Amino acid sequence: MTTPLPPPRKKDPVARTRAPTQPPGNRSREAQGLTAMAAVGRFALQCCADCGQVQYPPRQICGQCLGDDLPWRDVDTSGTLLAETKLHHANDLFFRDRVPWRLGVVGMDAGPSVVAHLAEDCRQGDRVNLSLNLDRSGHAVMNARPETPGPNQEDDMQLRELSMDPKGRRVLIVNGKTALGLALARSFKAAGSREIFVGQAEPWKAAPAFEAIKALDGVTTFPLDVTDTDSVGELASVLGGKVEILVNNSYHLRPGGAVDRMDMNVSREEMDIHYFGLLRLAGTFGAAMRGRGADGAHGACAWVNVLSAYAQVNNPAFGTYSASQAAARSLAQCLRAEMAPGGIRVVNAYVGPLDDEWHQMVPPPKLGPDTVAARVIRALQQGHEDLAIGAVAEEIAERLAENPKEIEREIKL
Amino acid sequence: MSRMGYDGIAVCVPVTVPYSRYSLRSAHWFCGRALADLIAGAGVAKADVDGFCISSFTLAPDSAVGLTQHLGVSPRWLDHIPMGGASGAVALRRAARAVQCGDADIVACIAGDTNHVDSFRNTIASFSQFANDAVYPYGSGGPNASFAFLTDHYMREFGAAREDFGKLCVAQRDNALSTPHAMMKRPLSLDDYLNARPIADPLRLFDCVMPCAGAEAFLVMSDDRAKSLGLPHATILSTIERHNAYPDDPIQIRAGWAMDVDGFYDHAGVGPQDIDFVQAYDDYPVICFMQIEDLGFCPKGEAAAFVREHDLTTAGDFPFNTSGGQLSVGQAGAAGGSLGLVESIRQLTDQCLGKAVDGAHVGLASCFGMINYDRGLCTSAAILGRSTR
Repeated sequence: MTTPLPPPRKKDPVARTRAPTQPPGNRSREAQGLTAMAAVGRFALQCCADCGQVQYPPRQICGQCLGDDLPWRDVDTSGTLLAETKLHHANDLFFRDRVPWRLGVVGMDAGPSVVAHLAEDCRQGDRVNLSLNLDRSGHAVMNARPETPGPNQEDDMQLRELSMDPKGRRVLIVNGKTALGLALARSFKAAGSREIFVGQAEPWKAAPAFEAIKALDGVTTFPLDVTDTDSVGELASVLGGKVEILVNNSYHLRPGGAVDRMDMNVSREEMDIHYFGLLRLAGTFGAAMRGRGADGAHGACAWVNVLSAYAQVNNPAFGTYSASQAAARSLAQCLRAEMAPGGIRVVNAYVGPLDDEWHQMVPPPKLGPDTVAARVIRALQQGHEDLAIGAVAEEIAERLAENPKEIEREIKL
Repeated sequence: MSRMGYDGIAVCVPVTVPYSRYSLRSAHWFCGRALADLIAGAGVAKADVDGFCISSFTLAPDSAVGLTQHLGVSPRWLDHIPMGGASGAVALRRAARAVQCGDADIVACIAGDTNHVDSFRNTIASFSQFANDAVYPYGSGGPNASFAFLTDHYMREFGAAREDFGKLCVAQRDNALSTPHAMMKRPLSLDDYLNARPIADPLRLFDCVMPCAGAEAFLVMSDDRAKSLGLPHATILSTIERHNAYPDDPIQIRAGWAMDVDGFYDHAGVGPQDIDFVQAYDDYPVICFMQIEDLGFCPKGEAAAFVREHDLTTAGDFPFNTSGGQLSVGQAGAAGGSLGLVESIRQLTDQCLGKAVDGAHVGLASCFGMINYDRGLCTSAAILGRSTR
């Protein structure tokens, strides 16, 4: 059985916070393919197109037939634990700070033997399941867990060092005045988050979702307007050292493109919320979170951006909105690189049209806020980095991978 | 085609550049000092050595090529073998063929490495593409973690106990006490071994070699030449070499020796019962157990019983790693792959630095190296004999 997660200790203001380090992140180009699979939550390995041999570690030539066409395919995740060890000594700082550390060799049913991080309750000879997850360096690693999950398995301290589990952590939800904000607050609460901080802009404007949030236990609300640098800075000075997961869920959607609706004000508002809003949050909360990236089992771990699927390809019906989302997405990639030294992972959730008042004229399928919130929580628990949420976002991801020109020509509403 | 023998070949001038835990010197210095000792020991001029076989992890960015200019030599035969712990017998067999064929007259086989304060971590942090991608990110334990897996699996599969590995380590330490350059000279008790600091379960401190700086070297030439120089020398009865054996074994329980063992003894004209001492590659005791099995001294899985029934000290009935092996002398990088071979030459030419095996006429030196991913890929071994000329 996995040892239950101990409650967070009160922070000693005098003690030096553990400095963030990363696990070794030096990977070959071929191994980056594994990272691409883990980022979207797939368990895929290279399989030879000619002879079918499953390859691991990643390579460019089939170890069986010397073929060079090795597409990534989803494979069986089960296997047998052939050997285990508990390291008491490590050569790199990240693991040196975290020993003892359990590892195993798993003989996969699919063929290869793999070295994997090993959950507390696996023993040699056991049947295990493997998953691919991104570690604190942002690269894919194999994790082995019992085939039949035991109690508290999400509390495994090693996995917690790699994942971004909201359990026991403090979360800031940037915008509490939408149905999505409410769904996120409820979901984080259900996932065991310790404290939930929720922002609201324009306090003079009533919002039913925000009233419902205020009624939740363990939730504190704060004034927060992402278009106001002072407002963001003030909140960061109060909460910066406490936020362990930040969810930037603000959005401002108006229909219209560049030719038929030449309206600088709307376009500027979109940029102000999506792009400059993210920039203001990054510039105020980023460094504080990065400094606490290794602060024990409840340290800062993730920054979530809820972005439109149209950040990846412009939908002319929402043309300027899409453009501002693209700007935010590009900035999020910058943020990902800048947060990496602290081990803080940036998760981008790409959503299709939401079922809200601003998508009235959009035909279904439309996304309920609960679906978005549930997927965000799961990505944090499982260590994914890019999520396509909903049928529209999934289709866009697939079409972009297949033929970006096709979707550029055909996308419309 | 049947394999040619090694008739007329002499192996001589065993050289060890004394080990140090850390050194400010470069690998070039260790290789260079080894060459200086080789020519002084042989009584030849530097220019008389016209072949080199080099093995080193820490020469980078140089290779054997850069070393020729560094040391001011102009060889007509040059080899650089990237086989780490397997390099000793591999260098020997290549050098012997070069001399037999007349491509070189005197070949210096040199394995040397330095050890700066952070060089071990640097070596294992970029050891191979597979290790970078699929091993080092998992705990960055290096060879300790890899051998912990092999040891854990071996113990459960074959019922070996910590005490069995301990008996081997204690015997080797006993052997090391008379080796002047051994890094570890304090007697080791079984209790010390069993209760040492844990490193990577089931391995504890005395299961692991100590990385250090140093070099091992020897010369290969015709026996006529050796005789005219008045050099005591050993002969080569047989050698083997194998890479990436048994790739379908899900985890390593045996290595290349097992594939080649029959031909190995046939070629030598001797059997395991005729071997007077064994120098096995010993970065961790489990690999010694595999060598005892794979080289035919007992069936697979029975090394623990074999060790229980035999005395592995130099004076015992199965003299094993008579200088103390890497576990007590230290692992000077690639030199670890030649340590056993150099000790074998000493034993067979009455030039021991420590205790001699009584009446040793035939010795076996075995080498192992390169955990590229989950297992050691390179194996080699040689049977050497006492020269009657």
